[in-house]
Amino acid sequence: MAIDQATVRKIASLARIAISDAEAAAMEGELNGILGWVEQLGEVDVTGVEPMTAVIPNQLRLRDDVIDADPLTGGNRRDDVLANAPAAMHGFFGVPKVIE
Amino acid sequence: MTTTTRFKGATGEWEVVIGLEVHAQISTNAKLFSGAATAFGAEPNTQVSLVDAAMPGMLPVPNRECIRQAVRTGMAIEAQINKYSRFDRKNYFYADLPQGYQISQLYHPIVGEGRLEISPDEKDPSDTKIIGIERIHVEQDAGKLMHDQHPTMSYVDLNRSGVALMEIVSKPDMSSPEEAGAYLRKLRSILRYVGSCDGNMEEGSMRADVNVSVRKPGEPLGTRTETKNVNSVRFVMVAITSEAFRQIELIESGGKVVQETRLFDPATNRTRTMRSKEDAHDYRYFPDPDLLPLELDDAFLAECRDSLPELPDAKRARYLAAGISAYNADVLTAEVESALWFDTLLETGAKPAAAANWVSSELFGALNRLGKSFEDCPVTPAQAGELLGLVADGTISGTIAKAVFEKMLESGDAAGVIVERDGLKQTSDTGAIEAEIAKILTANADKVEQYKGGKEALFGFFVGQTMKAMQGKANPQVVNELLKKALG
Repeated sequence: MAIDQATVRKIASLARIAISDAEAAAMEGELNGILGWVEQLGEVDVTGVEPMTAVIPNQLRLRDDVIDADPLTGGNRRDDVLANAPAAMHGFFGVPKVIE
Repeated sequence: MTTTTRFKGATGEWEVVIGLEVHAQISTNAKLFSGAATAFGAEPNTQVSLVDAAMPGMLPVPNRECIRQAVRTGMAIEAQINKYSRFDRKNYFYADLPQGYQISQLYHPIVGEGRLEISPDEKDPSDTKIIGIERIHVEQDAGKLMHDQHPTMSYVDLNRSGVALMEIVSKPDMSSPEEAGAYLRKLRSILRYVGSCDGNMEEGSMRADVNVSVRKPGEPLGTRTETKNVNSVRFVMVAITSEAFRQIELIESGGKVVQETRLFDPATNRTRTMRSKEDAHDYRYFPDPDLLPLELDDAFLAECRDSLPELPDAKRARYLAAGISAYNADVLTAEVESALWFDTLLETGAKPAAAANWVSSELFGALNRLGKSFEDCPVTPAQAGELLGLVADGTISGTIAKAVFEKMLESGDAAGVIVERDGLKQTSDTGAIEAEIAKILTANADKVEQYKGGKEALFGFFVGQTMKAMQGKANPQVVNELLKKALG
């Protein structure tokens, strides 16, 4: 799979990353290099092999439905949550007006 | 089979094809991937954890109850439950989405194909149709934006960010606004029976994306539009009608329907296009590397299945088999609260048909009048059972029962106590009744003549007078018999 500069610009725009034409040109080569390298995996015959998601046997852990059981992953910390907001007002995040 | 509604355009009749994506908030204490609370109406940003605010380094850990409720919901719509499912990232940027992606399930949803039986015609519950359900997946809700609080800024409240949603996707099996309305009502009812969603559309616990296309009968599917976030059954029905006519007029005037996202404006009852950028639908989904696949074992599924309550269709069938009318069975099973209340009433030994009549007329009437619901019902099923028992064994008449019920509502006293205290017991004492009949016939000699002359409708008048004289306490059957005898 080869990508061109238009694709590079589209991906950058979807990711909200500004890139110059020079950067896009450089990126085209880099990304194609990465994709080509990864594509080597396609040479391996995986017939009959189950896809693997982790190298060690591991199961998704689930939490109990308890509010604020661990302060680190609980709520009631508005000041912390808003601490880095450039414009916090009345307990809200303020952002430039976005309206459809 | 319900008939398809045809929409009349300038060039003839059109069919509308409808599919619904319902977002139902899963009823849990904590969010899908964090321990922050989900309660509605809290102060802004107080129910936000560092996970929900997408602080660097925070990892999502799924809430078992969210998974359990999604599985139970799937089972309630007879759907395939996928023991292997996976979470994916749906990438887009918006101010209400701090992560820059929504964790959802695109490739491997937790619930596969299921079905829902609806009856779109409220007057004829036997007229049913099966609506296919494509899938249910679990995903995060976004935050809330407020645009009217500041001249140049929008305010963001992340309390809802990370709350668990089920997205329930129907097949495009509905062909009229009525069917869509019936589907939403039935789905809401099932969710509330299961307890997986409170179904509160005003608070946004349930909202629908409405997919609509039109076609000439027999032709292939037309291009569809999706109207987002419609938040009442009525609005969904209005949005479908309005969008169908818009598409028909557009096609008939030579235009083409564009596949796009639209918004419904309740003020004008019309849909309008959402200004969206190109590429808006390029979400670049990929498996979320923070989350392993979700694998469910048989014990978990068995617990989910065993904890399911009797569902509305089964309950309705049981009521019908017990001799309850189709109308009453529908009314009683529509809401889980009334159905549970009624089941408890039946456990007191109340006769099903009579009890159903009483609940659907007397009790519903009283609740309406008092502005109360089954959740804060002023009488308990046990108290109602006692009242109905007194009617069933002939202690009081149906008419007296109404009066006793009123007194129960006023005083909170038990039916038996009221009947005893106010001397309301029905009498079959033929001597007393005959004495009153004799007086009435003497006082109304002219009417007796007319009755004997063939004006048989007057019989009711005599019954009424006798019951009045007996202060409603005479056994109506005995009164009838004695009157017939006396009038010869």
